[in-house]
Amino acid sequence: MIKHQAHAKSSTSGSPARRRFLQDSSRSIGIVALMSLGLGIYSKQSRSLPADALRPPGALKEPDFLGACLRCGLCVRDCPYDTLGLATAGDDVNTGTPYFKAREVPCEMCDDIPCVVACPSGALDKSLINIDDARMGLAVLFDQENCLNFQGLRCDVCYRVCPAINQAITLEHRSNQRSGKHAMFIPTVNSDHCTGCGKCEHACVLEEAAIKIFPLSLVAGKADDHYRMGWEEKSQHGSSLVAPDQEHLYNLPSGQRYDYDKEGLIFEENSSGEAIQ
Amino acid sequence: MNSKAYPGQEAIIANGWWLANRWLISRRLSQVGVLGLFLIGPWFGWWFVEGNLSSSLILGILPLSDPYVFLQSLATGHWPETAAITGVLMVVSFYLIVGGRAYCAWVCPVNLVTDAAFWLRDRLGLGGASSLSRKTRYWLLGATLLIPVVSGQIIWELVNPVSMLHRGLIFGFGAAWVVLLAVFIFDLFVTRRGWCSHLCPMGAFYSLLGTHSVIRVRADNRIACNDCLDCYKVCPEQQIIRPVLKEADKGTGPVIDSANCTNCGRCIDVCAPNIFHMGLRFNNKVSVNTNRSDRSNHSSGVEVL
Repeated sequence: MIKHQAHAKSSTSGSPARRRFLQDSSRSIGIVALMSLGLGIYSKQSRSLPADALRPPGALKEPDFLGACLRCGLCVRDCPYDTLGLATAGDDVNTGTPYFKAREVPCEMCDDIPCVVACPSGALDKSLINIDDARMGLAVLFDQENCLNFQGLRCDVCYRVCPAINQAITLEHRSNQRSGKHAMFIPTVNSDHCTGCGKCEHACVLEEAAIKIFPLSLVAGKADDHYRMGWEEKSQHGSSLVAPDQEHLYNLPSGQRYDYDKEGLIFEENSSGEAIQ
Repeated sequence: MNSKAYPGQEAIIANGWWLANRWLISRRLSQVGVLGLFLIGPWFGWWFVEGNLSSSLILGILPLSDPYVFLQSLATGHWPETAAITGVLMVVSFYLIVGGRAYCAWVCPVNLVTDAAFWLRDRLGLGGASSLSRKTRYWLLGATLLIPVVSGQIIWELVNPVSMLHRGLIFGFGAAWVVLLAVFIFDLFVTRRGWCSHLCPMGAFYSLLGTHSVIRVRADNRIACNDCLDCYKVCPEQQIIRPVLKEADKGTGPVIDSANCTNCGRCIDVCAPNIFHMGLRFNNKVSVNTNRSDRSNHSSGVEVL
């Protein structure tokens, strides 16, 4: 009898218990769904990296980096120049990830790349062995109105401090139109060599640097894959691919002819030795 | 008995102050000690430990990595390097032995915050039941491991109060205090033991990790229970005590083998009849002579939250 009662009781109490379980579960799922939505939106926002925040050498591309970095700060610890720091909550950089700002402390490009060695997760790619191969960003001399060299002065500071001097930044000569008789030495960044270390931005003597490091994603253009440069194809092939090279025939006044190798237009001398004008 | 000023008073009278507080004090020493090990580097330049709880390097050799952060990274599709994998194996094997949620009670710095909130909540008499299920944390754990699959980004670490507090103390706080204040307020005003026992997916992860861990709190002497309820009052996971203490006749063994036990040992402290002790999970049999008295049916007096 007692047993029977107990059985009856448990069978009727099954339904409320199940209802309670469903209520609890649905509430939990609801709360978690709300939190997930919030997190999803926040994460999308936090994926953007300010243009002046640079990742350490060897960092994976930004979206991959955000999945790989454990936010442990071991790279920060092993940076001998205190270049790197971890983003704190409220920063505009993804919380806990390492970055540096070139204008404050640039990367000194250590030969042994201790930050990459320290990274336990592979967010900093260990296949980077030569620091010259690092591409933390790309220097761009964007402010030609304030750069002193563009004024015809010989500041050259960015050129001088560049660890890849005369490679990453070269000085290209140009005539100074203002004075009409001087040369300008225009600092020119060559992306083949620029590691984005930021020494140039850090050293720029202006109040606001005229040369800055930007993320490659922002400033590096990309030619379409199908583009072919005729001269490259030609040298690769050994001769012209379209038609046999023919000497161009110019329709010039009498007494003149054109010869590229002998430097262009040639005035033939007449019998009296004067050039025909 | 419920009108006692605070739980553990009887234990102090019966066993002395030290025995009634030893686990709590050891636990605080452990929490502060772990934090201290990480802090003497940046503070004094003695680098025994570099990094933080997410991943660290001990004495420049031994890597340790948090398995939960590791899993989140894995979920994004990134395959980590050997150092992180080794570090994770170290940590996992440690907690397989000492109990997964021992991390929560003995290492996690947020426990100091939530325990403070609980203490204050208790003093202010802010009782009340929670409308939040303790299973919510497992749903959240699932979500924090699923969203990275879609977004390709570690997501919980953007807001995780645990790593934020620890990293904040070592590398600089920024606005991380806002998140911790939120946790404190939530635990103080909204839900009793809200964060650690209901929401934290990290704790949920460690509970799953330590489901079969070896070291456990045991109540072999449960016959001596005098129903003072002190263990219920101090336990962050009250629901796990009752079956072990009161359901021997249903065949429940003396080992508190719930995955949610944090091995904090506070129940051992506050129990005047010394029912609990730290032991191993083996030999979890119901003793033949369970002489149960009629006072077993006191569940109505227990506020199961």
